[in-house]
Amino acid sequence: MSDNPEFVQIRHAQKSFGKLEVLKDISLNVARGQIVAIIGPSGSGKSTLLRAINDLDPLTGGEVWLDGTQVNKSLPHRQYEKHINAMRQDIGMVFQHFNLFPHLTARENVTMAPKLLKGLSDREADALAEEQLDKVGMLERIDYYPSQLSGGQKQRVAIARALAMKPKLMLFDEATSALDPELVDEVNQVMKKLAEEHITMIIVTHEMDFAAAVCDRVLFMDQGVVVEEGPPWVIFRNPKKERTRAFLRKHLENAP
Amino acid sequence: MGLDFTVIPKYLDIVLLGGLWTIGITVAAALLSFFGGILFAVIALYAPAMIRWPFKVVEFVFMGTPLLLQLFLIYFGLVQIGVDLPAFVAGVIGLGLHFAVYNSELIQTAILSVDKGQMEAARTVGLSRSQALRKVVVPQAVRAVIPPIGNNMIALLKDSALVSVIGVSELTLSAQRAIGATYRPFEFYLLAAAFYYVINLCMEWVQRRIERRISLSR
Repeated sequence: MSDNPEFVQIRHAQKSFGKLEVLKDISLNVARGQIVAIIGPSGSGKSTLLRAINDLDPLTGGEVWLDGTQVNKSLPHRQYEKHINAMRQDIGMVFQHFNLFPHLTARENVTMAPKLLKGLSDREADALAEEQLDKVGMLERIDYYPSQLSGGQKQRVAIARALAMKPKLMLFDEATSALDPELVDEVNQVMKKLAEEHITMIIVTHEMDFAAAVCDRVLFMDQGVVVEEGPPWVIFRNPKKERTRAFLRKHLENAP
Repeated sequence: MGLDFTVIPKYLDIVLLGGLWTIGITVAAALLSFFGGILFAVIALYAPAMIRWPFKVVEFVFMGTPLLLQLFLIYFGLVQIGVDLPAFVAGVIGLGLHFAVYNSELIQTAILSVDKGQMEAARTVGLSRSQALRKVVVPQAVRAVIPPIGNNMIALLKDSALVSVIGVSELTLSAQRAIGATYRPFEFYLLAAAFYYVINLCMEWVQRRIERRISLSR
């Protein structure tokens, strides 16, 4: 599936808040269809890196490319807004706190952007909502409001909302961190299903088991740098750096 | 001279007609104040400084001066510069803009208290900032302030009595006319008060229906 090894490219990403450097010269390539997990202690910069990919947290230096187009191009303000809005349609994002639109039903959450941005008719949009909500197992709740759903159900609807734009890349920012433990699995199941469909994904997570089971590559970040990266069996079983080992000791039961 | 309510039936039609005018002016001004309030709130928060600052001055004038004076200005003042508005229209504009400014204050606070994750989520699916405001942020803000806006609308109903001074034959002025013919102030003012009360009840009922339909926590 890696017909394009440089599907997502991050080149020398750098980000500071004043004097605080949260990302220090990070480079990363993700192939089409690849699933990459980013792990690391809180404050390591992993969410910032993820949010830089769709420019929610703009970089102070470096470039982000998706499928041959630079995401954070330097353009005059108006043109840039147009450009970034178009780019973001190709980059789905799932948040820790779901951020579903509370005034809209599951169906409307899914169809709003496709209707508005792709000009889908009501019927096309309904078919799309049914398809996407079925994929995440939420078809029976299609006309429920977010307040009527559990956390896991909300997150599944949020995933369907992101998928409805048919993105080239999906970003998950600690998608299960805010969930009660018994609700984590239903979301993980959905993410696994997407993995099987070879949707390119970058996942910031605290769940080592899930990362080990699903991801092709794992990046360990600490203090704004990628300390170590590799396939999960290397990172989780045989990490080379002491910092990685120390982190894993805290987060894995059978740490190396 | 005791109370004599038997004079009422003869002049009831005048007072009823006044009641209809009051309802008309209240509904028109309420709509203007609602949509105007949303517009003002968005301008106050997001418009470039060049538009925002003159707007703030207008806002200050509407908030800081008596409604009665504003009505005089709009109805009698504007004529001098060639804008001759019918009394009803002048009344609707005066009441509507006055309360639009108050609604705008409420909506601004509500917009700022909408979780910033909402804007982020809307932007990540590709919506522009203005689309995100229109489809996601403002609708939530407005829903959150329906109860206090409802209170403003009841205040608007009561202040609609002020447009009697520019000659709109609404409820208060109609009652005064009936009094002029009968010299029975107590009876007709009581009647007018009862009418205001009934209209008030209707507005509260409408407000509750709206709240139930669009509330965020169903």
